[in-house]
Amino acid sequence: MIRQIMTSLAALALAAPLAAQEVVPDPTDWEGVTGAAEGQTVYWHAWGGSNATNDYIAWAGDQVEARYGVTVEHVKLKDTSDAVSRVIAEKSAGKDAGGAVDLIWINGENFAAMKEQGLLFGPWAEDLPNWQFVDVEGKPAVTSDFTVPTEGLEAPWGMAQIIFYHDTARLAEPPRSIPALLDWARDNPGRFAYPQPPDFVGSTFLKQAVMELTPDPSVLTEPVSEASYEAATAPLWAYLDALTPHLWRSGAAYPQSGPRLIQLMNDGEIDLALSFNPNEPSNAIANFELPETVRSYVLDGGTIGNASFVAIPYNANAKEGALVLANFLMSPEAQAHKSDPAVWGNGTVLALDQLSEEDRATFEAIELGVATLAPDELGDALPEPHPSWMVRLEQDWTARYGVGQ
Amino acid sequence: MRAAASTIAPARRARRARFLPWAPLLTLGVMLGPVLAGLLGTLAPALGYMPALGGIGVSVAPFEQLFAWPGLPRAVALSLGVGLAATAVSLVIVVLICAGWAGTRTFGMIERLLSPLLSVPHAAAAFGLAFLIAPSGWIVRGLSPWGTGWEQPPDLLILQDPAGLSLIFGLVTKEVPFLLLMTLAALSQARPAQSLRMAQALGYARVTGWLKTVFPLVYRQIRLPVYAVLAFSMSVVDVAIILGPNTPPTLAVQVVRWMNDPDLALRFQAAAGAVLQLGLVVAGLGLWRLMEMTVAGLGRRWIASGARGHRDVDQGIRRLALALGATAAVAVIAGLAGQVVWSFAGMWQFPDLLPDGFTLRNWARHGPRLAGPMAETLIIAATATGLALLLTLACLEAEHRYGLRPATRALWLLYLPLIVPQVAFLAGFQTLSISAGVAGGRLAVTLAHLVFVLPYVFLALADPWRAWDRRQDIIARALGAGPDRVLWAVRLPMLLRPVLTAAAVGFAVSVGQYLPTLLVGAGRVPTLTTEAVALASGGDRRVIGVYALAQMAAAFAPFALAVLLPRLMWRNRKGLLNG
Repeated sequence: MIRQIMTSLAALALAAPLAAQEVVPDPTDWEGVTGAAEGQTVYWHAWGGSNATNDYIAWAGDQVEARYGVTVEHVKLKDTSDAVSRVIAEKSAGKDAGGAVDLIWINGENFAAMKEQGLLFGPWAEDLPNWQFVDVEGKPAVTSDFTVPTEGLEAPWGMAQIIFYHDTARLAEPPRSIPALLDWARDNPGRFAYPQPPDFVGSTFLKQAVMELTPDPSVLTEPVSEASYEAATAPLWAYLDALTPHLWRSGAAYPQSGPRLIQLMNDGEIDLALSFNPNEPSNAIANFELPETVRSYVLDGGTIGNASFVAIPYNANAKEGALVLANFLMSPEAQAHKSDPAVWGNGTVLALDQLSEEDRATFEAIELGVATLAPDELGDALPEPHPSWMVRLEQDWTARYGVGQ
Repeated sequence: MRAAASTIAPARRARRARFLPWAPLLTLGVMLGPVLAGLLGTLAPALGYMPALGGIGVSVAPFEQLFAWPGLPRAVALSLGVGLAATAVSLVIVVLICAGWAGTRTFGMIERLLSPLLSVPHAAAAFGLAFLIAPSGWIVRGLSPWGTGWEQPPDLLILQDPAGLSLIFGLVTKEVPFLLLMTLAALSQARPAQSLRMAQALGYARVTGWLKTVFPLVYRQIRLPVYAVLAFSMSVVDVAIILGPNTPPTLAVQVVRWMNDPDLALRFQAAAGAVLQLGLVVAGLGLWRLMEMTVAGLGRRWIASGARGHRDVDQGIRRLALALGATAAVAVIAGLAGQVVWSFAGMWQFPDLLPDGFTLRNWARHGPRLAGPMAETLIIAATATGLALLLTLACLEAEHRYGLRPATRALWLLYLPLIVPQVAFLAGFQTLSISAGVAGGRLAVTLAHLVFVLPYVFLALADPWRAWDRRQDIIARALGAGPDRVLWAVRLPMLLRPVLTAAAVGFAVSVGQYLPTLLVGAGRVPTLTTEAVALASGGDRRVIGVYALAQMAAAFAPFALAVLLPRLMWRNRKGLLNG
């Protein structure tokens, strides 16, 4: 109760400068929110590069329209930063209300940056009715986005975890640790590639490697310090110096994105790749993008996982509608639909033991894709390092391998 | 009668006079706001000023960070090298093709090929080329394993090579058709047939004669398009990401990477990079100008020498030019064919020359979704091109009638959008459109497109328009036609080809706009290109193929009209062709 009052007060304080122009929605008054949301159009800026994702977003929009009278328009982006740019431009122009972006699919560095610059509305996420089902204890990533506390400024709507995939027709026994990967690459030069950092899959590969190689992984959860950085990353650079000559194109060129790895695998240019979506190989097989012999796995020591979120910019035009949509995305029904590999196959953020019998049964009835690991095979995801590590790793990687020296 | 006419005429002139003399100023006025806002939006953050991100002082820190980036020297050298090489190679191919083949039956075939080549969007052509020349690409598939023995693709660095050769190749395949189109428009004012006949009568070999008599006249008219090709090749992003090197990439690509980085502090560095890119393009243009003067000096000496050229060498050059041009054309067409096949492909792996199966699934899934974006694309492109054409013609006609040279000279400002990297330029542009309250609709997007369409229309039309023989004006006026009648009945029909060409180029530029559409339209105006770029980020070649074909369809009709319509209309008016 006290917490709720505090968050409401905080919301009021934050929103005070805008109060003259608009009524700030109060997520604790849910009926008020749904009432105000009716008839609104929510412009949801979300990456639009996947049929599965786009179809799911269209489905969610239809549901919210039918139930709450909220229209959802998917603004398909190639990059989340385009939406961030939009909000920055609006702030620059003094447009502090009636903004063009109502909801952003976001996480990690983009969230950290928007939070730090005060570009987000909230807190609101933990006051939504469906927050009660979220697995806060079992999945720490839902409140700690790359170790940055979400503080109710964004609502989780999916889980992701690094998986490796390989074509069993060409590679039967893939390497199951970062050191084993080097040995395998030595024997099979040119058959592994990771996307060029700062692409997020490429950067995550660096983080995965540093976690396995560093003498004391606990320093990674703290902001990077000069004292710890050198010692923590020296094994990584030694490793990459050894690995790079055996990479695809000997490291003289890098794939520019995660999806490009699918193409390279299908073209037979590489035998081993990685993805941040455990269901991506299955989706790609269903789409004729990969052969049916592709399978996925995680490294023996576990792999990095994180959550995806939706956030509302501080000047969003249809905040109530955005809240209704965000709440629907966390509902057992929406989450179960999303987990279905035939739809998307994205991991749920909910705690199954907190759901009703009926909802739990829906989840348990879902059949996994042919190249998708079951939750127990995926294992517990390793937490992301603090975002400051990623920044430093990306800078150093670029200086060492990204400028042709 | 006579009295009535003379009372009407001054009134009419007076009404005209209200618009035309002001046209250059009006054009500048319409464009200056966005251009200056874009420039400010680039300069201010480059100097550390961007209150929305907490930058409120003025400092050189962004430039210091930029110069501390270890990849800078190579990125700068790469941008400059790729730009100059792609432009020079394209120009040489185009000039030699025209010198060797203009007026022949072969040249007619080349002309007919132009519109499909031009209407392929740059990014689609790059994707097509990438699939063609990659070690796992179509060419190697055709030869494997029977010819090469490769069961799996070799680990060869063809795409993304550090010297940027594939990038240059990709740019040349698209710039050759563009420059050829511009040259065709210019040729109609240069009377090439007469000059060539004269030269050949004096014993000059064909290519030599053309280069000595026609080329100097034509180059003067296509100089601006050549500059545009140079600026474009130096600052292109989408093609460079697909075909260009990335350790490091060209400067323009790196600026985009910084701009898209989640670390918002990098946007200051990105802005500084954009300013450097602007300086780089200006330097590139300066270098080109120096090369122009050198070539002109050598050329004059060569012409004065009276060398007639050897017939055998001449034949060799003709064949070489045709072979080079054909290579460029085949690369685009085969790349496009690859996209068509991919759009119907089921499973398709190396080293199969064709997919295991064909499916209509991709078209069934995406086809119905193309209608809305297609209509939006065509409406915006038609409006923006129409406005650009109107302003350009008004400016040029005002210059002709009132001698407003100084005002039109200030129009060089219009070219700024072509040489400043879009991603940085648009930040300020977007802020302006939001402040002005015009953001988020079709109108705002159309106006934003106008900023990028107008320079192309202007540069495509200005020189052919100015090259028109003024004696025709004098004769027509002597026969009693007023300036308006001369414009509508003589000048526009004679200049139909450059006008339609300019319109087609403008239309294609509008169709291809991604960032302006997304940023100024607030994502609420979905066009083929915004959909295509978002979907292409998923890397499925089938989807990329579907959208590439749709984009091509949108740009095709205007190019086809520009090539075919003048022929039809001039069939019985051959005299209009060569003045």
